[in-house]
Amino acid sequence: MLLTRIELQDVRSYAATAVGLDAGVTVLVGPNAQGKTNLLEAVHRAATGGSHRVSGDQPLVRAGEELGVIRLELRTDEGRRRTLELEVGTSRRTRTRVDGQDVRRSSDALGVLRVVLFAPEDVAIVRGDPGERRRFLDDLLAQRRPAYAAARSEYDRVLKQRNNLLKQARHLGPSARDAAAATLDVWTEQLVTHATSVIAARIAAVHALAGHVDRSYRDLADRPERIRLTYRSSAGLDVVGDPDEGVPEREPIETAVRTALAEVAGDERHRAVTLVGPHRDDLDLDIGELPARSHSSHGEAWSLALALKLSTYEVLAEVGDRPIVLLDDVFAELDETRRGRLADACGRWDQVLVTAAVEDDVPLEGARLDVRIEGGISSVHTRPAAAGGAA
Amino acid sequence: MYEGAVQDLIDELGRLPGVGPKSAQRIAFHILSADPADTTRLSQAIQRVKDTVRFCVRCWNVSEQEECRVCRDPRREPSLVCVVEEARDVVAIERTREYRGRYHVLGGAISPIDGIGPDDLHVKELLTRLGAEPVAEVIIATNPNIEGEATASYLSRLIAPLGVRVTRLASGLPVGGDLDYADEVTLGRAFAGRRDV
Repeated sequence: MLLTRIELQDVRSYAATAVGLDAGVTVLVGPNAQGKTNLLEAVHRAATGGSHRVSGDQPLVRAGEELGVIRLELRTDEGRRRTLELEVGTSRRTRTRVDGQDVRRSSDALGVLRVVLFAPEDVAIVRGDPGERRRFLDDLLAQRRPAYAAARSEYDRVLKQRNNLLKQARHLGPSARDAAAATLDVWTEQLVTHATSVIAARIAAVHALAGHVDRSYRDLADRPERIRLTYRSSAGLDVVGDPDEGVPEREPIETAVRTALAEVAGDERHRAVTLVGPHRDDLDLDIGELPARSHSSHGEAWSLALALKLSTYEVLAEVGDRPIVLLDDVFAELDETRRGRLADACGRWDQVLVTAAVEDDVPLEGARLDVRIEGGISSVHTRPAAAGGAA
Repeated sequence: MYEGAVQDLIDELGRLPGVGPKSAQRIAFHILSADPADTTRLSQAIQRVKDTVRFCVRCWNVSEQEECRVCRDPRREPSLVCVVEEARDVVAIERTREYRGRYHVLGGAISPIDGIGPDDLHVKELLTRLGAEPVAEVIIATNPNIEGEATASYLSRLIAPLGVRVTRLASGLPVGGDLDYADEVTLGRAFAGRRDV
């Protein structure tokens, strides 16, 4: 898939900007804080329904304005032209239009534009809290299969209901507590059903990623050690990523979740919160035999985070359109050898947007766009083709 | 802010479901400029609905008499009871003209977030009916969302041991629609609930 045009109106530091894009590599060049990342953020937001920098849409609107518009033109792998348009308001719900038609739910626009973004913040997938790794898997799954986003939010709803009931039960007298217990069983069953869907999808994602991550890490890193991915569920299931495995059977997962919930029932009553489910799971990443979260060097953590993101490209490309790759300020963090390897990978993708403060950091041929900020407003300037190509 | 009576009216209208401050203002000014006979009819209709309409003693549907129109109708099949969340769901099912049984209106769905448990719904009344009436099948027609599903599963746990058949409405594709317009969750459910032709 190709992104052929980006139009921004009152988004972040942009007042009104339109940029035409071609296939291949496009490097956005400019000193820091000029608005390069804002451009990628807008594209990422339109594709995934979330920003990689903030939660909520309000910060996307240019300061002092009430409405920001992101308008994107795409061409699918089959050559079909599509448009994706978001109206982001500070005081109302974001309105999304696909091919000129309003969509009923914003999740209906997921998957129209497929992107893989790698940014410095992504090192948190390796080093950060389990929540970062859950989000990594969930974002991948939602882009691969839009129904996953719906399944995930249904699970969140059941979880909220069940937690609420647990809290209420804590304040009840003995007889009322028995009545609440009958309802709790019903919510527990609902939780088991929805938790199983989420866990099964995540395990399938881990299997799909495993081989790719191992391969790309060894491409990128100095010491070619094996990478092992393990989905560690709070239901007591540990599943090691295996490229030969696919979507797991539901039944063993269902049984594990149900059993684990029964075991923590007393604890749950006491703490009034659901203790088992995909909201408490983690993805273990091991380099060699050591957990990457605590034992990786800065360079290793970076290479692994990059390998994980590059593998999402492969997993997404297996079904449907090939994604667009967004690399935000990545080359500056890599040494010469890794830069060269990443540049090789860029050559394999249909379209790559790269931001860089120092142009010489990016050993890539391709279009150059200069991003400048004046009086708080960013602008993008296309360089004549002859002047491009610093490599 | 407007003066006294106008603002009071806007505030009252704004409390209605689906009416925001802008709509409330529009309706208020419409009423202000409307024919007095029209506004009198409106206020009388509101008054009358509160004075005369009550709930059916049997099924909790809205009714102007002791029992609602469906429960009074001797042609309705007494062995079938369709359980719905709200009285407006009865109207929706009646429009199909497919269903010949009776109803039971729960008055909502189980939702701990909203503080609604089984005791806040007409569940006990349903169980009493099952003991007193010759019911062979209970069709659960709660909404196909998280709360509706939880309510359905709660009811089926209570009712199944009584030896009454419990069924649930199917969810699936809208009739007359295009397959590629269906969202994936609906399409997935339709697949799961497919049947032989």
